[in-house]
Amino acid sequence: MSLLEVKNLSISFGGLKAVDDFNLNIEKGDLYGLIGPNGAGKTTVFNMLSGIYKPTSGNIFLDGVDITGKKTSDINKSGIARTFQNIRLFEDMTVLDNVKVGLHNTYKYHSYDAILRTPKYFKMEKLMDEKALELLTIFGLEGEKDTMASSLPYGNQRQLEIARAMATNPKLLILDEPAAGMNPNETAELMDTIALIRKEFGITILLIEHDMKLVAGICEKLTVLNFGAVLTQGETSKVLSDPEVIKAYLGE
Amino acid sequence: MKNIKINKKTKQMLITLAIVVIFYAFIEILSLAGALSGLFSGLLVPMTVYILAAIGLNLCVGYLGELSLGHAGFMCVGAYSSSLFSMIFKDAIPDALRFLLALAVGGIVAMIFGFLIAIPVLRLKGDYLAIVTLAFGEIIKNIINTLFIGRDADGFHFSMKDTASLNMAADGEVILNGPQGITGTPKQATFTIGILLIILCLVIVYNFVNSRTGRAVTAIRDNRIAAETIGINITKYKIIAFTLSAGIAGLGGVLYAHNLNSLTATTKNFGYNMSIMLLVYVVLGGIGSLRGTIIATVILYALPELLRGLADYRMLIYSIVLIALMIFNWAPGVKTWREVHGLDGASLQKKLKFGKKEKEVQ
Repeated sequence: MSLLEVKNLSISFGGLKAVDDFNLNIEKGDLYGLIGPNGAGKTTVFNMLSGIYKPTSGNIFLDGVDITGKKTSDINKSGIARTFQNIRLFEDMTVLDNVKVGLHNTYKYHSYDAILRTPKYFKMEKLMDEKALELLTIFGLEGEKDTMASSLPYGNQRQLEIARAMATNPKLLILDEPAAGMNPNETAELMDTIALIRKEFGITILLIEHDMKLVAGICEKLTVLNFGAVLTQGETSKVLSDPEVIKAYLGE
Repeated sequence: MKNIKINKKTKQMLITLAIVVIFYAFIEILSLAGALSGLFSGLLVPMTVYILAAIGLNLCVGYLGELSLGHAGFMCVGAYSSSLFSMIFKDAIPDALRFLLALAVGGIVAMIFGFLIAIPVLRLKGDYLAIVTLAFGEIIKNIINTLFIGRDADGFHFSMKDTASLNMAADGEVILNGPQGITGTPKQATFTIGILLIILCLVIVYNFVNSRTGRAVTAIRDNRIAAETIGINITKYKIIAFTLSAGIAGLGGVLYAHNLNSLTATTKNFGYNMSIMLLVYVVLGGIGSLRGTIIATVILYALPELLRGLADYRMLIYSIVLIALMIFNWAPGVKTWREVHGLDGASLQKKLKFGKKEKEVQ
């Protein structure tokens, strides 16, 4: 059974059908790419997957469970974590705290444990610190743990955003244009990071990307979206040499 | 001591607590030496009242990031509920215990109101939220002004019309008399109790903010959508923070009520003027800085009173101080100047060798 199964997903904003009859199957362990020209509806699909938009029709199944129309925070609890095209960090919090917010639902204690500083509070905070540092170490950010998130360099901010998403222990990680605004060095670093987290966590990844070098380099399968509808789906090399795809990107 | 690692935030908090204690000791010494005028001594309890309310408001504005203009309303709820409690049990419970319970009652009732108001109000954001909280604050005040409660041999009587419609027996005693409020609340609030409450609230807010819940709250403030996508229930944590914030303002109200012989709800003490005054303390002290809030409240509250001798010029000087504080705290040019000349928070600490101590402690 596929990890993520999207069936006939559609959304309309007023009279505009932004995404029309979108279907997608992602197997466990896949590294899947979603590409398409600007305005094709890729981010809209992501927003539906993560619950920010409610689809007009269609269904989303994660691991066989219907998560369509659930609250954003509940969708994360069921196992989807995401990053954003324009990085969304908790800017006035430290790097460590950003990741610790991601661990929110993994290590729990009550507010009164915090106010009274019960032993449970100290135990859980210690576990959180250890886990968060472990994650930061994987992303090479352990040295920056007390830095404010907003003062990190751009590339590191992106990595922190991925680390924070990974802290929620997702089954599926969705990355919205992770290489946007990055220089070639940073992009190369990002590709290493993605390869690393697949190796470390064995996680399934779905990503939107415009950088074709990155897409061709790491994605195994692709779906091409154009004007809100699926243009073609399949193995990366086949899709990228498809004349229809080239036409959609470059025009005739 | 070597094994105890004091992190930066804890250290900041300890400094704030130390400032409060030193301030307290300073005032007490002055008072013992007889150097405090009657006027100034009379200002001490109200000062702690406003510090408490401002700490509560700062939790809402600084950490939750929502602008509330209704905190005077929560003070009002805390004041009236605790005052009623003290009046009803005036002879039944020993003084000290009754005051402790009154504090609990005031805080909890204010929290209940905070909770109930938070549910509809926190759906809104920014200016809209500010306007609606302002309205709620006024509604609370106005409703309280229409309440009449009395007691006689038969028990309690309640009315929203006037004292006559309470239909009490001849021996009946009016406890809450509409716009004339409550008269005869035991005067139990002291400066010492106020300071103890401030310390308690500082510790509560600090422990709250530096915890799983507090992180969720600040995460919502920094980026609501990102917080949602990593599994944080926005509504829940907003309500928790707002409720706690209302409760602390309520404690301020309890102190206020137990400092006056007659408690009334007017525009001046529980109206929007007060809410805005509290906001001024918070904003000028530094949003999200508890220490700044306390310092700003002390200065800005004491100033108009201390300048009373200057008669008509005092409000002029007051407004100049307000502008100066605002510029000192927020103007980008001054901020840079402070950093260059080592007058910002971080470098001042280094000068005082707090940085060195931290390394030794670790």
